[in-house]
Amino acid sequence: MASAFDYAPAPESRSVVDIAPSYGLFIDGEFTDAADGKVFKTVSPSTEEVLSEVARAGTEDVDRAVKAARRAFEKWSALPGSERAKYLFRIARIIQERSRELAVLETLDNGKPIKETRDADLPLVAAHFFYYAGWADKLDHAGYGQNPRPLGVAGQVIPWNFPLLMLAWKIAPALATGNTVVLKPAETTPLSALFFADICRQAGLPKGVVNILTGYGDAGAALVEHPDVDKVAFTGSTAVGKAIARQIAGTDKKATLELGGKGANIVFDDAPVDQAVEGIVTGIFFNQGQVCCAGSRLLVQESVHDEVLHSLKRRLSTLRLGDPLDKNTDIGAINSAEQLSRISALVETGEAEGAERWSAPCELPSAGYWFAPTLFTGVTQAHAVARDEIFGPVLSVLTFRTPDEAVAKANNSQYGLSAGIWTEKGSRILAVANKLRAGVIWANTFNKFDPTSPFGGYKESGFGREGGRHGLEAYLDV
Amino acid sequence: MSDERRRVFKTYKLYVGGKFPRSESGRVYEVTDSKGKWLANAPQSSRKDARDAVVAARKAFGGWSGATAYNRGQVLYRVAEMLEGRREQFVREVADAEGLSKARAAALVDAAVDRWVWYAGWTDKIGQVVGGANPVAGPFFNLSTPEPTGVVTVLAPQDSSFLGLVSVVAPVIATGNTAVVIASADAPLPALSLGEVLATSDLPGGVVNILSGRTAELAAPLASHQDVNAIDLTGAAGDPALAKELEVAAADNLKRVLRPQAVDGADWSAEPGTRRLTAFLETKTVWHPTGALGASGSSY
Repeated sequence: MASAFDYAPAPESRSVVDIAPSYGLFIDGEFTDAADGKVFKTVSPSTEEVLSEVARAGTEDVDRAVKAARRAFEKWSALPGSERAKYLFRIARIIQERSRELAVLETLDNGKPIKETRDADLPLVAAHFFYYAGWADKLDHAGYGQNPRPLGVAGQVIPWNFPLLMLAWKIAPALATGNTVVLKPAETTPLSALFFADICRQAGLPKGVVNILTGYGDAGAALVEHPDVDKVAFTGSTAVGKAIARQIAGTDKKATLELGGKGANIVFDDAPVDQAVEGIVTGIFFNQGQVCCAGSRLLVQESVHDEVLHSLKRRLSTLRLGDPLDKNTDIGAINSAEQLSRISALVETGEAEGAERWSAPCELPSAGYWFAPTLFTGVTQAHAVARDEIFGPVLSVLTFRTPDEAVAKANNSQYGLSAGIWTEKGSRILAVANKLRAGVIWANTFNKFDPTSPFGGYKESGFGREGGRHGLEAYLDV
Repeated sequence: MSDERRRVFKTYKLYVGGKFPRSESGRVYEVTDSKGKWLANAPQSSRKDARDAVVAARKAFGGWSGATAYNRGQVLYRVAEMLEGRREQFVREVADAEGLSKARAAALVDAAVDRWVWYAGWTDKIGQVVGGANPVAGPFFNLSTPEPTGVVTVLAPQDSSFLGLVSVVAPVIATGNTAVVIASADAPLPALSLGEVLATSDLPGGVVNILSGRTAELAAPLASHQDVNAIDLTGAAGDPALAKELEVAAADNLKRVLRPQAVDGADWSAEPGTRRLTAFLETKTVWHPTGALGASGSSY
């Protein structure tokens, strides 16, 4: 679509962030090299520029970090809740102070638009710490009995799609309840966790309470397996989640798993089309669709299919794909070459299976990892693009005639993380929401998050809840 | 001697889908009391019986989970009423099964009746205790509600044939789950008789399904069954290797697993708390915009 006006570039300045050429592991309050000296590079997915070289943790480093966390546990858990709270409040405030720097850093390392890191990720990160800070001295009132005890050392493994936000979801409740932490960020997005280590230093957090191990899946597996880890928290793929569940079978380790999804976004014929289209776009193209709770299956009532698809395609044609640091960018880069090839492979399967592909007409930059906003029509429930999590900017469109059919199709999935409902009829919202087997349901909205609101899945989307009062349970011996 | 009346023996049968079938395998095994005296032949359920029970439990899930909490409470209370009327029978069965005095067995049966009453009262309260409104930072209505996980396999405790059994089954169904129960292997008769009570308590068929047999043989296919959502491993407390094996199998579709408690011979008479209720609940959170009434609003 020809636009009446061109956008001038409006890049956010990189000068607010100072990335060192190399980083060590953060163990017991110190940055240190990996025991075997291994390192890996982290690149900016929008340019393939190497941002820094970070230490690659091995088994020995995992052991050192767990030992440090164990040593720190006794004092940390014995601290009055009101004093633990102060550290968390300090962290929340420092994050707010440094939020522009962290937003730019996150955009550089992850590839997501600055608009999102600045307006969604960072405010939520600070809010999460602020929220759980307030719980630290109120645990007696949380509904888990008097003086509920922490579990001990928490081993936490997080994904690359919301690096700092996932760190906040993991670390804030763990510390508020008196646990100590060893956290492994994803190998493609290690930097914001290392900057967080510096925030812990500024906040004066006692040594060993938070340890950050950058590395690959082998380090994550070693952490989960470590005999002195009492609690495992993982966000990532369902396949790895299952492997973790097997690994910890027969132990006393408590686990929360926040895994994949194939969220159904259901649009009824009475929904206001323009709002629904905005919701569909938010649902699947927020963060390039690399969101576990993405509304990746659009279920649209047959009678409004053509109208909705027409508006949707028109809207997708106006999305701006490009430099993630540009404040006008809607669609940033795919996080890694590996993820890009996974998306491409699934899209090829979709075409091969007979679904009809449409991609927004936009120019892809020559360097970096990019995928144009794409949708499939003529999708059946048997198609791979309707069943498998693509974790990219790809929407599969299916149709239905009756509310019962919509519910049946929405629930026809191994996953059960999120769903959306678009209709003006209140009783229909409640009836459909009641029947959907999913942990988070957005009615006439999508992809909203809040630290007070529990998040987590049914079925193979994992178990346990993060956020809210519910999120405390995962870190308490109850 | 010819005028002495001979007792009519009972054929113990499974309880599946509201009916009382024998094992499809045709197998039975001898159940004896603590001194080795023959009590009855119990059905030795097969893998196929286990799968049939899952089908029945799944079929019952929609109706039972969709029933009002008040209705579920009424049904659970009805179970207590029916049990009270059959008290003598259960005292005899529990005394035989566990080698207890009549007085001790009576205390356990009374506690089991009371446990049904306790859980009957929980059905319409747990939602308020663990759910609620979340004060999100935006113009949204945001409500978290507990919902049943689905079909739950329950390995009933091996050493507490009735009070233990009731203590693990009642919380599962109180919240709207349906259950496939593997009775204590050596003492299954009180469990099989419970099926008769449930069948006359307005409990829809398939909500509770009771299998007798070898625990490991039945638990394995249920732990790996793709249409089972959760598993309570209490009955594997004495066999850590089995418990681990089942937990590994359960990971295949990420079943919710309630691990066996560390201590065998748990005291089932203590007040249970809410842990067994919440172990098989999911939290669903629904968002909706609240909209705005315009700038003027109302300050009252």
